[in-house]
Amino acid sequence: MAVERSLLEVNNLETGFRFGDVYHNAVDDVSLTLENNEILAIVGESGCGKSTLATSIMGLHDPKNTEIKGEVIYKDLNLLDLNEKLYNRIRGNDIGMIFQDPLGSLNPLMTIYNQISESLEYHSDLNEEQRRARVLELLNQVGIPRPEQIMKNYPHELSGGMRQRVVIAIALANKPPVIIADEPTTALDVTIQAQILDLMVDIQDETGSGIILITHDLGVVAETADRVAVMYAGQIVEEAPVEELFANPKHPYTRSLLNSIPHELEDDDDELHVIHGTVPSLQKLPRKGCRFAPRIPWIPEDSHEENPVLHEISPNHKVRCTCWKHFHFEGEDE
Amino acid sequence: MGFLEVRDLKVHYPIRGGVLNRVQDHVKAVDGVNLSIESGKTYGLVGESGSGKTTIGKTIIGLEKATSGKILYEGEDVTNKARSRNKKFENYNKDIQMIFQDATSSMNPKKRIIDVMSEPMRNYFNYTPQETKKRVADLLEIVGMNAEAMYKYPHEFSGGQRQRIGVARAVASDPKLIIADEPTSALDLSVQAQVLNFMRRIQKEYDLSYLFISHDLGVVQHMSDDIAIMHRGRFVEQGSKEEIYKNPQHIYTKRLLSAIPDMDPTTRAAHKVERQRVEAEYDAQETDYYDPKGRVYDLQRYDEEHYVALKPEEPNASLQNENVNTGGGN
Ligand SMILES: Nc1ncnc2c1ncn2[C@@H]1O[C@H](COP(=O)(O)OP(=O)(O)OP(=O)(O)O)[C@@H](O)[C@H]1O
Ligand SMILES: Nc1ncnc2c1ncn2[C@@H]1O[C@H](COP(=O)(O)OP(=O)(O)OP(=O)(O)O)[C@@H](O)[C@H]1O
Ligand code: SF4
Ligand SMILES: [Mg+2]
Ligand SMILES: [Mg+2]
Repeated sequence: MAVERSLLEVNNLETGFRFGDVYHNAVDDVSLTLENNEILAIVGESGCGKSTLATSIMGLHDPKNTEIKGEVIYKDLNLLDLNEKLYNRIRGNDIGMIFQDPLGSLNPLMTIYNQISESLEYHSDLNEEQRRARVLELLNQVGIPRPEQIMKNYPHELSGGMRQRVVIAIALANKPPVIIADEPTTALDVTIQAQILDLMVDIQDETGSGIILITHDLGVVAETADRVAVMYAGQIVEEAPVEELFANPKHPYTRSLLNSIPHELEDDDDELHVIHGTVPSLQKLPRKGCRFAPRIPWIPEDSHEENPVLHEISPNHKVRCTCWKHFHFEGEDE
Repeated sequence: MGFLEVRDLKVHYPIRGGVLNRVQDHVKAVDGVNLSIESGKTYGLVGESGSGKTTIGKTIIGLEKATSGKILYEGEDVTNKARSRNKKFENYNKDIQMIFQDATSSMNPKKRIIDVMSEPMRNYFNYTPQETKKRVADLLEIVGMNAEAMYKYPHEFSGGQRQRIGVARAVASDPKLIIADEPTSALDLSVQAQVLNFMRRIQKEYDLSYLFISHDLGVVQHMSDDIAIMHRGRFVEQGSKEEIYKNPQHIYTKRLLSAIPDMDPTTRAAHKVERQRVEAEYDAQETDYYDPKGRVYDLQRYDEEHYVALKPEEPNASLQNENVNTGGGN
């Protein structure tokens, strides 16, 4: 009996960067699925491996200094086995990516029209006139005012928010079934952020695409995601439907993050929660044992697991390790 | 009255162009703003990108020139006098410090932390090298770092640590007011929490005031006593935190507040409906809240601690001139 396959499946993905003769994994044994019509959010602190995960799916690493293991299954193909020519066809056509740095992904010497049109040219057989119509339609969709005029402009002539919308227009140009958006609204005003998130949801309603939304903003997650994967030091430590994650966070890292969100304090002497220490650099990552343990030093040594694995604790809610059952914040009772 | 008063401040940048590179127009980055800063309080300054927040901060510390208006420090006119070598303005220079939007790039990578931090001390105090070292160690301790950190270079620290060093440096001259320009925007939640906690702690200890610039309304709510909402170089609304968040009056403030993401996924749909309703209301009513040229009206007193830029009541348009209601917040 054939099993219904997900739109995108990531199986045991490992991405290691070379330091001298050794590879250190920035993404370590990550497995994920993405369905049609779904927004999967990936959250975690800076350096946790979110962008590396995204660029690994897109096959965008320099093979000389990167070692990628595992599978990325799309339409029964393991993308990681494809040659560059086939991969190029997948990128943009099947998987659209919005990169973390919008300026860096626009060509400063090309007009907005030419940049969007170029990606249409590469992936579709529209003629010049159809392409022009499509570019206008896209710019309208992403809420760019006066598109006829703006499309003749160069990137530096646009505000940050407008450039971000152009980047989104390019990622969406060919209506890809999979969209990977890496911090698409970071650094934007809340009003523009809200517009862009609405737009992504609208486009999804229209095309049924699956979206991987990378962000460190838990508010954005709460407002848009269907499912959430929390990443710490290259691993997924918790995964759950969005309502479940906010109502019932289990992993100490997830609970710590939620506790650090600025809010109005009841008592003037109250403070925001701070997680001890920092995300370790790749070379300093513990090779054995639990990666988060050093950041909750008040938890006794013997209550950590040696090599914690993900457990499904209720339908679709997965948590790494079991010692969350005894976790408490410093100064709190067990 | 506050120890620092900003009165009808305007900062206009010339736009040059044409063959002769003549001044063709002006960007009215700041266009008539009033502030009154009291000890120990935090003033949040919020508004979209390009609304003029940083320009206000830079003009107060003298990195930009005021086109018109006045800055009074302890009653003395110090407009465009900051950075002046004149002894008379030394206190002003020492008492007002700024943490820049990007602390990392405002630190010389070739200088050790002790050099970075002792600079303001050298300018204002006659410390011996021993005293300087002691003071730097104390400041580092306040921001939760070891004394050994002083012998390291900026790149040896994480973003959050550098930002804390930036706070420590701003505190080094024993200021009364720190203008903090997006001090935590580039930081992760936990590191942001750490920096915000430090800022509140030293505020209590030294009775510091902050002008806290941010586009993150959650952070501003957490930190501020008073808030000014800025749009197109002017304040659309100004008042106590409670009034601004719970009882916003200007359509722009309402729109901004409705766009803050809601941390509760279960009320998402309702929140979106409400946000889009306010957006539509903004589009429909924009002309009622801005003059025919799109300029924000002058602030009017709405309540004890609440000022709103509303269309003047009098129907007689000829009576409306620049001098009516040049703003509140005093
Ligand atoms: N090309 C590379 N070579 C070596 N190390 C790298 C490379 N790219 C990323 N890293 C390291 O891999 C880890 C994960 O980086 P990544 O950019 O994926 O994090 P991130 O979660 O996207 O962070 P942010 O929120 O800051 O964007 C970090 O420790 C980073 O320094
Ligand atoms: N040196 C300058 N010359 C000309 N125009 C300037 C200069 N500095 C700022 N501006 C303009 O003044 C306006 C206000 O800029 P400012 O940096 O104060 O905004 P901001 O509110 O701090 O924005 P952001 O949130 O993006 O930091 C903008 O239109 C900006 O382009
Ligand atoms: S062993 Fe402890 S620190 Fe590690 S994942 Fe489990 S709860 Fe976390
Ligand atoms: Mg990233
Ligand atoms: Mg600014």
